[in-house]
Amino acid sequence: MSKLTTSRSELDLDRPNIEDYLPPDSIQQPHTKLRLRDLLDISPTLTEAAGAIVDDSFTRCFKSNPPEPWNWNIYLFPLWCLGVVVRYGILFPGRVLILTIGWIIFLSCYIPVHVLLKGHDKLRKRLERALVELICSFFVASWTGVVKYHGPRPCARPKQVFVANHTSMIDFIVLEQMTAFAVIMQKHPGWVGLLQSTILESVGCIWFNRSEAKDREIVARKLREHVEGTDNNPLLIFPEGTCVNNNYTVMFKKGAFELGATVCPIAIKYNKIFVDAFWNSRKQSFTTHLLQLMTSWAVVCDVWYLEPQNMKPGETAIEFAERVRSIISIRAGLKMVPWDGYLKYSRPSPKHRESKQQSFAESVLRRLEEK
Amino acid sequence: MGSASSTLTQYDIEDVQEHCNNLYSQQEIVSLYKRFCQLDRNAKGFISADEFLSVPEFAMNPLSQRLLKMVDGLNFKDFVIFLSAFNPKASMPQKIELIFKVYDSDYNGKVTFKDIMEVLRDLSGSFMSDKQIEEGLIKVMEEAGYSKDSSLLLDDFVKILDHPGLKMEVEVPVD
Repeated sequence: MSKLTTSRSELDLDRPNIEDYLPPDSIQQPHTKLRLRDLLDISPTLTEAAGAIVDDSFTRCFKSNPPEPWNWNIYLFPLWCLGVVVRYGILFPGRVLILTIGWIIFLSCYIPVHVLLKGHDKLRKRLERALVELICSFFVASWTGVVKYHGPRPCARPKQVFVANHTSMIDFIVLEQMTAFAVIMQKHPGWVGLLQSTILESVGCIWFNRSEAKDREIVARKLREHVEGTDNNPLLIFPEGTCVNNNYTVMFKKGAFELGATVCPIAIKYNKIFVDAFWNSRKQSFTTHLLQLMTSWAVVCDVWYLEPQNMKPGETAIEFAERVRSIISIRAGLKMVPWDGYLKYSRPSPKHRESKQQSFAESVLRRLEEK
Repeated sequence: MGSASSTLTQYDIEDVQEHCNNLYSQQEIVSLYKRFCQLDRNAKGFISADEFLSVPEFAMNPLSQRLLKMVDGLNFKDFVIFLSAFNPKASMPQKIELIFKVYDSDYNGKVTFKDIMEVLRDLSGSFMSDKQIEEGLIKVMEEAGYSKDSSLLLDDFVKILDHPGLKMEVEVPVD
């Protein structure tokens, strides 16, 4: 089966051959003479469809696991109630306090720096970076975040890009408290959008809009410019394009992998015992998600900074992306699925159906010729 | 059974089991219910066509539109009854009846030459011309003893399709 080729102007999202991942075609392609029975027998196609109805690997990626209810009995129930009281009555107000103090400190430093140091760009940039790292640390503290960083810390060099798997917007905060990355994000409404357009601008962020077709070319150009600039903060990209539930990875978009830069993979794995950090954007707003984190016991996660990768000679951007995805998935213990994350928002391209139809047609025509 | 309840009672499970002739175990029915609730996003009590199509593997199936007509709007009990044809223990006539229903889109109990051609068009897309489909179909039908004007009934389908090689089995994952 030939590789899917697409041009830049197509809305279709590029992906490697899905057929390489899915189980081998159950539609047999024997070479015997065609009989009426063979033509009428649509059972393999029906079986595939029913199999997809019963269970499919795409929906599994976005399933948030509800917390197991405890076994209630006379001893555990009061303990659980005590836990709720502690979490909501003591921890939560404490955390809100920490966060408020953090914001006060941050704003009282950031605004003067931003306004008064307008002429001294280098110094201002350095201070703003440090302040952004500071407020992110406050955020992480407000969830009692216990983050273990493994591997060499990222350094700011030109011609390099960082990629990570994506579970929630807090991924960005967890990484940002260690290094002030520039990030490429979907523009959000509400208070998040306000933060994006003011504070995140100072670390150098790039915005995209999923729904705009022309957007891809503009964004690709901005990415390239950022990566080639010597003064910019290191760029962090989440190539999955959407939040996945930290048990699976969906296919990486090739945009980050065709910039001619070194790709440094980062793997993030949250410990589900403490809280499920998956942000199911279909089910809750970011505010609700943050509140849920702030009323849990802790957010525990591991961050691995992995060995930087370069495109091998003769490797395409898509192959490069898949190679890096497998490095991250193996490190974080995630299963790889052959789906494009954007299928959350749109239907699959007709190409897949067409390749099935083509193989059916070819088999029928060939067998009709047989004697 | 309540339309939007998120828990099944033992009575509900047994009721569904009875209607699918005990083809599914109680665990499998609970699994199917979890899946049903996962697909039925706003707990309406049935899965809409759009929600079925949000499963990419289903949407890219060439017969998805035909199957949608059969599964759109089914409540949980009928959903299980539909899927029971894919149970490994289901009888051959039950499986063949489902295949027949996919062809017989106007539910008149007869599958005509035109009906078969339409299914073949779905399966082959733009890769076979109408003429090629028609000629191929006439050839195999005549070899099997049917003419272009014959209408096939369910019994004919059973006669043609019933053979041990027909496998239409989907396992229900039980965690």
